[in-house]
Amino acid sequence: MVSEHFNILFRAAIVENLVLVFLLGMCTYVAVSKNVKTAFGLGLTVIVVETITVPINYIIFEYVLSHGALAWAGYPQLDLTHLKIVTFIGVIAAVVQILEMVLERFYPTLFKALGIYLPLLTVNCAVLGASLFMVQRNYQFTESLVYGFGVGLGWAIAIVVFAAIRERLDESRVPQGLRGLGLAFIVTGLLSLSFNGLAGLEF
Amino acid sequence: MRVLNNQYIVSLTRPLIENNPISIQILGLCSALAITQAVRPALIMATAVIVILAFSNLIISLIRHFLPSSIRLILKMTVIASAVIVVDEIIKTFAPDMSQLLSVFIALIVTNCIILGRVESFASSHSPGLSFLDGLGNGIGYALLIILVAFIRELVGKGTVLDFPVFESIEQGGDYIQNEFMALPASAFFILALLTWGIKAALQARTSED
Repeated sequence: MVSEHFNILFRAAIVENLVLVFLLGMCTYVAVSKNVKTAFGLGLTVIVVETITVPINYIIFEYVLSHGALAWAGYPQLDLTHLKIVTFIGVIAAVVQILEMVLERFYPTLFKALGIYLPLLTVNCAVLGASLFMVQRNYQFTESLVYGFGVGLGWAIAIVVFAAIRERLDESRVPQGLRGLGLAFIVTGLLSLSFNGLAGLEF
Repeated sequence: MRVLNNQYIVSLTRPLIENNPISIQILGLCSALAITQAVRPALIMATAVIVILAFSNLIISLIRHFLPSSIRLILKMTVIASAVIVVDEIIKTFAPDMSQLLSVFIALIVTNCIILGRVESFASSHSPGLSFLDGLGNGIGYALLIILVAFIRELVGKGTVLDFPVFESIEQGGDYIQNEFMALPASAFFILALLTWGIKAALQARTSED
């Protein structure tokens, strides 16, 4: 049981890293990785957001949206699964909004450092993607909790590593047109290749 | 009238190359990288994005004066998500195999930053007609780039275009060795980096000529 959960965690964080293997959450990843400190703060925020939203979305999906879930209310045939996109994004937007208020109140420095990128987490594909994958893979409650945490952890690891590399790259001499975005792509490509090498790894 | 006319043309054509959503604005990268293994899924994805982008731009622009700014993000997301659901259901009905292949990526158009980015920065402050064209233009700019990447990846990776063999692979009796690197998502990064480099260099050369 425990090892199964560890497997999910390990797969979500490393082997099937959402940024580097599934290429989700790329925009924020490229845009907020200019220095390690901010990247670290954002990574932590993503962990929190994923760990909260995936289980909440699981509960909503399982007990309201999935086929026959509303049988107790007299609608055994009702299938609301097509509403999952709107519902999930609503939950994510609400959680991000609440988190924003909490951070502003208790961690004003981190709140300032994250700036616009905090609300933008709502449109981070990695956050919505995690919930959608959770449905696709039929995870149970504890599994979805572990999965959410693992996905966030993987995202955080990826962005901190990338930011550290980019800090160094700032001082190197590269062709004008390749500076910034172009180089960021190449570095991510190399990182992604190395993570692809882990495919199939299991405990 | 002339000025107005030009304005319409500009909002349609500028995003094609000069202000391309992917290579210049850095929007909508996730899907651009994930679904470009072959041309067919890229075509479907591109069509979906064009339709969703144009219509969410149009709808948001129509209701832009009634959106209270404090909850505008959630309202906009709802409009976008509804557009995505409609397109998702249409694809599920008419091309179930494609919907299987694209898995969660159609649903993820909701969080494609191109859509929210254009809605926020353009549709909220421009007339419906202009917004619709801006949506079309950005959608087509996105489509151009991902289809180009998909074309390169499919041609070099499998020797085919739209599943039609261009180079005969060894298994089929030809002499083309399929390049498995192109099947990996990482290859899209390198292609995109080179394309971005090319576009930037070309734009720079043009401005320095002027």
